[in-house]
Amino acid sequence: MADEPGGPSTVTEDRGPVTTLATPIRLDFNFTPGVAQSRFLMGLADGKFMGQRCSVCSKVYVPSRGSCPTDGVPTIEDVELANVGTITTYCVVNVPFAGQSIEIPYICAQVLLDGANLSFMGLIQEVPTDQIRMGMRVEAVWVDREELSPSLASVRYFRPNGEADADYETFKEYL
Amino acid sequence: MAERCAVIGVGQTHHKAKREDVSIAGLVREAAAMAVADAELGWPDIDAVVIGKAPDMFEGNMMPELYLAPALGAVGKPMIRVHTAGSVGGSTAIVAAHLVASGIHKRVLTVAYEKQSDSDAMWALSVPQPFAAPLLAGAGGYFAPHIRAYMRRSGAPDHIGRMVAVKDRQNALRNPFAHLHLPDISMEMVEESMMLWDPLRYLEACPSSDGAAAMVLAAEDAVSGRFPPAWVHGLAMRSEPTMFAGRDQVNPRAGRDCSADVYSQAGITDPRSQLDVAEVYVPFSWYEPMWLENLGFCELGEGWKLTEAGATAFEGDIPWNTSGGVLSSNPIGASGMLRFLEVAMQVRGQAGEHQVDGARLALGQAYGGGSQFFSMWVVGADRP
Amino acid sequence: MSSPENPPSGSAPRRRPVRPVSIASFAQARNVRQDDHHNEVEMLMPVIAEAFGSISITKDDVDFICSGSTDYLIGGPFSFVMALDAVGVWPPRAESHVEMDAAWALYEAWVLLQEGAADAALVYGFGRSSLGDLNEILALQLDPYYLAPLWPDPVSLAALQARALIDAGRATEADFAAIAARSRKDALSNPNAQVAKDVVASTLMEEAYVVSPLRRHALPPITDGAAAIVLAAGEKAHQWSDDPVWITGFDHRIETHSLGARDLTVSPSTSTAAARAGLFEAPVDVAEIHAPYAHQELIVKEALALGDSVVINPSGGALAANPIMSAGLIRVGEAAARIASGEAHRAVAHATSGPCLQQNLVCVMEGA
Repeated sequence: MADEPGGPSTVTEDRGPVTTLATPIRLDFNFTPGVAQSRFLMGLADGKFMGQRCSVCSKVYVPSRGSCPTDGVPTIEDVELANVGTITTYCVVNVPFAGQSIEIPYICAQVLLDGANLSFMGLIQEVPTDQIRMGMRVEAVWVDREELSPSLASVRYFRPNGEADADYETFKEYL
Repeated sequence: MAERCAVIGVGQTHHKAKREDVSIAGLVREAAAMAVADAELGWPDIDAVVIGKAPDMFEGNMMPELYLAPALGAVGKPMIRVHTAGSVGGSTAIVAAHLVASGIHKRVLTVAYEKQSDSDAMWALSVPQPFAAPLLAGAGGYFAPHIRAYMRRSGAPDHIGRMVAVKDRQNALRNPFAHLHLPDISMEMVEESMMLWDPLRYLEACPSSDGAAAMVLAAEDAVSGRFPPAWVHGLAMRSEPTMFAGRDQVNPRAGRDCSADVYSQAGITDPRSQLDVAEVYVPFSWYEPMWLENLGFCELGEGWKLTEAGATAFEGDIPWNTSGGVLSSNPIGASGMLRFLEVAMQVRGQAGEHQVDGARLALGQAYGGGSQFFSMWVVGADRP
Repeated sequence: MSSPENPPSGSAPRRRPVRPVSIASFAQARNVRQDDHHNEVEMLMPVIAEAFGSISITKDDVDFICSGSTDYLIGGPFSFVMALDAVGVWPPRAESHVEMDAAWALYEAWVLLQEGAADAALVYGFGRSSLGDLNEILALQLDPYYLAPLWPDPVSLAALQARALIDAGRATEADFAAIAARSRKDALSNPNAQVAKDVVASTLMEEAYVVSPLRRHALPPITDGAAAIVLAAGEKAHQWSDDPVWITGFDHRIETHSLGARDLTVSPSTSTAAARAGLFEAPVDVAEIHAPYAHQELIVKEALALGDSVVINPSGGALAANPIMSAGLIRVGEAAARIASGEAHRAVAHATSGPCLQQNLVCVMEGA
């Protein structure tokens, strides 16, 4: 604020330094899952897990992003996978943060579906957090048939299916 | 063929949860000006600038090198912006070193930063993807299962993680630039801290920091500075795919291959005995024993025994993370460069309270993403 | 052929490459307004396969990989991470990434080949501008305290530059239309071009202004695209080609950010980079200029001291397709292709980044 036009400016009160400038930014984006991931998503809409096999190394990826990550070639062959799998490893999430939709604590596990060669992260329910184990056998619990959609939201969670734990030797290469 | 390259100046900010006293430009300039002064140079002496940081969404500023060019004296010069996830601070220094080693430039300024308080890093990392599961776990939720896998594989007892958490925070007390200064740190204090991602407790995880790091690298005929040069004896980067069948996330091959490459360049066959100090990217306590094995400081499954025996403590035979490490300061994009910078300070003999006596050869390591990106260098007091 | 009689002032001394490095192969995706079928990996895989396949090599024949991309186009962090799955980096590889146009990734790879730290490199860039609102996204490139909060769109900033050029008496709107007409016509022979048409400048002049003085034709199209180049040094350069296209000079420079502190009608960083790359030592036959806006071609042409006989943007340039993050790399590839085909002996490629040509790169290439 200047006392007179053209004169030296005089700050009459010390309002302290400006330390923060808030600039709200909102950007909207389209999302393109791609050819391979679309087949995985359409499988979810049918209540099943669709993986894809690499023609070079024969490994089965679920979900496939379209390529074999080690060979760099398109994964073309579809493979329907089981509804059951093994917990290879896990952690118990006990930290609250923005956007969280699940009550803490909850179990976040790597689930290796039978027939697949790559685990993915899944929510485990219907088991106390202190009874979760590496090697525990689990099954997917799906939403009601009329609510199925091409989204992982079609899978409510995984839960123990009562089978005996898988032997460590059978899944240690997936850790 | 390649020219010799040395670190001739280092600078870093006081890392804090919020650096409200500076803009992003002010933050990077603080570190850069210190590095240029440490090299006893002026801004016009710098030939090129290489800058790195983690995802642009952390600050909401796309390709920020454009805006930062004048603050770093880069106008009229070449400027490169590197982004290789969490390893970026190391990769950025490596790109700068190649500019010198190739003979293209004499003196290159390299800078890395993050101003995490300007945005919400947890949010930036967790942009909801359509069609994905409504499951958010955060960075710790990604790494904690692999820590559990390590514990299972090695049979390490629970207290190892807590020992690392205490050791690195004790080291931070020697480092005036470190973010966390916890004079009362103890095993009990860590054990009593909140369990965030079982098996990881709050005090076993890194903080979120604002900070920047900078170095001036120079060719042999352009060496200057307040301290002797830290010669680059070897440098390497390695990447492997993020997810693939049979991927070993506890002991990733990219890390093993990267260290084998850098050791071969530096003539190192026994890292534990030949190296005097190491700064290794340990954002969660358990990554110390995991990387001890990955980097070949011991046999597989033995890493935790080195930690337990105090080998990696400040007074141990191979001190790790004398600066306090990522567990004490974590300006993400700069965290890798701080590792590279700390070992340069050690072999230059300018580390003050955290100086390891007689340090002459040291390893700096950074990793990023889901442990699929690695960058490393070995620096020494002797000219290679 | 032109003669650089008046190289711009401020020329820095030339630095000669120590080790010969060649552009061994080049491939690009067909540039389209929107590819909503493929994700980044699926878009890149055929491009990389073509870059390797055309010289009968595999990923095992390159010892360095470098890419250029930006997270803000896709709206998620670490977009380059998954893109790496298009290569298949197993066993692990030396790999790096710049959050810049892939022309700078090419520069980083060239540095390693110069040094002898690598013998061959795969460089790629990708970007899909169709996913978000590019005008909003690019506003975030600006000073986050004083400019970005005002959300100035890139077209308006380019229009300020075009206006300054007109006011300086150095161009007319008709000149912009003439450039756009030439670009559209040249693009007819580019199978990957997005905007190709036989149209005369007077017809383009009938278009309405998007932001005065820029009409639609003076703006780049919005493009989804990707490109890859294989660089080879020494023996490999000769193994992979009978007549290698050599990089004889390579440099890049940045200017200050504040538009008010720059003379927007000139590009001194381009001139400095060109001098350092040795451009002015001999005439060139072809120039591929990365000018997203028509008037920027005039500014860069002057900075590169190109005579009227130099063929500019035979591919159609960025007005025919502007895949952000690979458009600069494509300029290098297109220029190299003219040399490989025998149409040119010496060529220059230019890439730009930032608002109003803030950062510029110059790559000079020659045939055997």
